[in-house]
Amino acid sequence: MTKQNANWSPYDNNGGTCVAIAGADYCVIAADTRMSTGYSILTRDYSKICKLADKCVMASSGFQADVKALQKQLAARHLIYQHQHNKQVSCPAMAQLLSNTLYYKRFFPYYSFNVLGGLDNEGKGCVYTYDAVGSYERVGYSSQGSGSTLIMPFLDNQLKSPSPLLLPAQDAVTPLSESEAVDLVKTCFASATERDIYTGDKLEIVVLNKEGLHREYMELRKD
Amino acid sequence: MAADMGGSYGSTLRYKTVDRLKPVGKHSLLGASGEISDFQEILRYLDELILYDNMWDDGNSLGPKEVHNYLTRVMYNRRNKFDPLWNSLVLGGVKKGQKYLGMVSMIGVNFEDNHVATGFGNHLARPILRDEWHENLSFEDGVKLLEKCMRVLLYRDRSAVNKLQIAKITEEGVTISQPYSLKTFWGFSAFENPTVGAEGSW
Amino acid sequence: MFRNQYDTDVTTWSPAGRLFQVEYAMEAVKQGSAAIGLRSKTHVVLGCVNKANSELSSHQKKIFKVDDHIGVAIAGLTADGRVLSRYMRSECINYGFTYESPLPVGRLVVQLADKAQVCTQRSWKRPYGVGLLVGGLDESGAHLYYNCPSGNYFEYQAFAIGSRSQAAKTYMERRFQNFMDSSREDLIKDALMAIRETLQGETLKSSICTVAVVGVGEPFHILDQETVQKLIDTFEIAGKEEGPAAAAPDTAAEEGGAAADQGATADQGATADEGVAPMDI
Repeated sequence: MTKQNANWSPYDNNGGTCVAIAGADYCVIAADTRMSTGYSILTRDYSKICKLADKCVMASSGFQADVKALQKQLAARHLIYQHQHNKQVSCPAMAQLLSNTLYYKRFFPYYSFNVLGGLDNEGKGCVYTYDAVGSYERVGYSSQGSGSTLIMPFLDNQLKSPSPLLLPAQDAVTPLSESEAVDLVKTCFASATERDIYTGDKLEIVVLNKEGLHREYMELRKD
Repeated sequence: MAADMGGSYGSTLRYKTVDRLKPVGKHSLLGASGEISDFQEILRYLDELILYDNMWDDGNSLGPKEVHNYLTRVMYNRRNKFDPLWNSLVLGGVKKGQKYLGMVSMIGVNFEDNHVATGFGNHLARPILRDEWHENLSFEDGVKLLEKCMRVLLYRDRSAVNKLQIAKITEEGVTISQPYSLKTFWGFSAFENPTVGAEGSW
Repeated sequence: MFRNQYDTDVTTWSPAGRLFQVEYAMEAVKQGSAAIGLRSKTHVVLGCVNKANSELSSHQKKIFKVDDHIGVAIAGLTADGRVLSRYMRSECINYGFTYESPLPVGRLVVQLADKAQVCTQRSWKRPYGVGLLVGGLDESGAHLYYNCPSGNYFEYQAFAIGSRSQAAKTYMERRFQNFMDSSREDLIKDALMAIRETLQGETLKSSICTVAVVGVGEPFHILDQETVQKLIDTFEIAGKEEGPAAAAPDTAAEEGGAAADQGATADQGATADEGVAPMDI
């Protein structure tokens, strides 16, 4: 038997959608739990959300093996950080680390699309959005992954973030209350699930606020 | 209850007695599809892993979770070298009352689920498993369910042969059945003349 | 004057079959301030005495977290101890990366001992001058090991190293039978009592000792000063000098014969009742 790897690809797209919204004193991070390859679903219950530190959570879609490698890399780096500094890494610091980690593999990139959500040192919600090779930006809300094309314009419409070109710079956090933000996220996913075949099964929502971290789930369409 | 797990067994066209289900250590069972020689290389890695684990002789041992993770690292590292091991692997096991079932693909994609399958099994067997699997499946029902899946695969996957093994892993260890055949019936009229009744606009 | 001809090089044997450089390294362990460890079925407690180098400085950290399930207490050259604990940390992280499960304590200890052994057999190296008490939890239960500069390692129910550790050992030798079924609190209490034994005339205060715990459902952590002080107060063990403390010299005297030829009492005040560290086995 000869190896038939003439057109073998080291990448796959396992789909999935992530959303994060930052508020004045909270942050909501959400992702569906479907993992697919092509037209088949590999599993209906795979969490794309990874807690990196007490106040820092990452949601990633793209190629699962790369995502897993990235998560493990960051977890190991965070352990080292804790040993050296005796504290949890802050969300803005983790955001920079994630960017560096992605760029380190600039010429054989991690095929992963990430949003990082958390609370900054003032306790304010923060969201960082990335591309696969590490360029990133702090924003008020963001969506990444297969359903992002459906969700992002909807969030733009609903949340009307101030232009980043404005001077003086405007705060990017959304004016919504925590429960309104959670409801908005649920609506986004319910809608994206209708049209995106890579999004569905279940929605995992992580809410970070001064009380800590709290998780909830919502069922999505399974077709 | 026996831990429900299935490593699907087909065969290649050339060899009729390829063992594709192998025990790994005391707590794990591995099933594979894809390149046989690559699978044998994986088995060599695992033999070494388990040997070194046993040589410690300190009361600690690698469980199915550890073996699954190790395999994931091996598969992912090889894809990073653009020299993949051409296999899909299923790993199941029981250790300290914890049941485990996961799979790894040739590029390192890995997950756990209540049922998994490789190759055609993803398309043909898993829909059946999703319908009929439940938490309290007995061992006998598990075997029946697997046979049902294998029969469908036998009918629909032309590279499958009618000779299979079923393995069981429990706290006590691994038992792999002797190869046996499923009863099939090829006389369905749809099989005899598949174009009849398939009149479409195209 | 007699001068030892066999101690300039780590790799040179004495006619009596000894490696003096290695023994000197073990001597460094005895001169460091004391560190103790004890374990029950479910918990390991590590403790140490903190000695400031000068009136103007604070003390050096002597207990390190290696991973959620492993920690070490050291005596000897703190700098060497830090190097070794960094090695242990990275081994734990690497193991976790491949297997997503914690590294068994005994295996880490063997790796550490092998690393120390290499230094006793290379002419261009020197042995580590530090003794490590490694406490940890794995699937086979709670463990306490002692790692010695010679590359030897031993598993213990309870052990103490460093200056005046014999007093702590004596205390624990009289009580270790109960340790296996001890509660977490009793174990900490015994740890504090053992630490007290190593103090000479000083009262036990949270500012001069550190205590750390690891156990079932409890990741390795160093107790903060406040908690330790509260424990000292509730156990009322701060500074009573009679009782166990008085008993200590007796046992020390028995050990005296063995310890006498070890000689070498040094500045930090290592006394003659120092037990023979178990490395000449």
